[in-house]
Amino acid sequence: MPLIAFYILGAIVALSAVLVVAARNPVHSVLWLICAFFTSAGLLVLIGAEFLAMLLVVVYVGAVAVLFLFVVMMLDVDFVELKQGFQNYVVSGAAIALILFAEIGVIAASIGPGSNATMDPSPGADTNAEAIGAVLYTDYLLLFQLAGLILLIAMIGAIVLTLRGRPRAKRQNIAEQTGRKRKDAVELRDVRPGEGV
Amino acid sequence: MELTLNHYVGLSALLFTIGVFGIFVNRKNVIVILMAIELILLSVNINLVAFSVFNGDIAGQIFAMFVLTVAAAEAAVGLAILVVYFRTRGAIAVEDVNVLRG
Repeated sequence: MPLIAFYILGAIVALSAVLVVAARNPVHSVLWLICAFFTSAGLLVLIGAEFLAMLLVVVYVGAVAVLFLFVVMMLDVDFVELKQGFQNYVVSGAAIALILFAEIGVIAASIGPGSNATMDPSPGADTNAEAIGAVLYTDYLLLFQLAGLILLIAMIGAIVLTLRGRPRAKRQNIAEQTGRKRKDAVELRDVRPGEGV
Repeated sequence: MELTLNHYVGLSALLFTIGVFGIFVNRKNVIVILMAIELILLSVNINLVAFSVFNGDIAGQIFAMFVLTVAAAEAAVGLAILVVYFRTRGAIAVEDVNVLRG
């Protein structure tokens, strides 16, 4: 029964991956990418890695794919023009992909006939999330903090890249406005009759 | 037959290959290249989790989490660069990128 589910989900993942690459419209590409992410989350649930599956849905579908969709829809790009030359690279691309697949297949075949005798999605704990949490906050604490730092740097980097300061734009400086004193604005002069200021 | 590690490794190899193929085929479209990179990272994640589960070692799932972190950061920065590039050039064709050479 899990094998049938694996084949169904695997076929959907492979099909959506092909459509991500081959779709004419990038919006469709993003939607197929979301489909691939969802289905691979299902594949992970199948072997009991529920936490990673949910993380995949939250991070990939909820953040990354939505970001892609946002950018694709925001940029006004002529996609028909970008699709030109697709046929030129199909043959060479397919040849390289076949070689790569054969190479990975040779290595994958060397792991021998598989069995699920040692299968255990949550070693030393009742649930998958518990097993991950038990080592993530102890053995991998430093790496966990470092991952947070990577996200912070990526966030700052994205903001710095896209922040657009317009140097010539006129805008209100509230601090300067409220910090203005009387002597900055008004000057009293004693003007004698018959002379200029 | 039962579900084994070989099934997952095979599927992951297929996904990886499709991702690489996508990079070769969509040479002009940066957005689809970024999506193909996401596919490759997804296949790596599936591989890590499958090895982790079938060998009963939780470390692979931790590393899959870190790969997920890096993938999210990469997508954010990559798309930010894309937006800036579009703003300056008005197009996203990759073959014009060497115009930016200083």
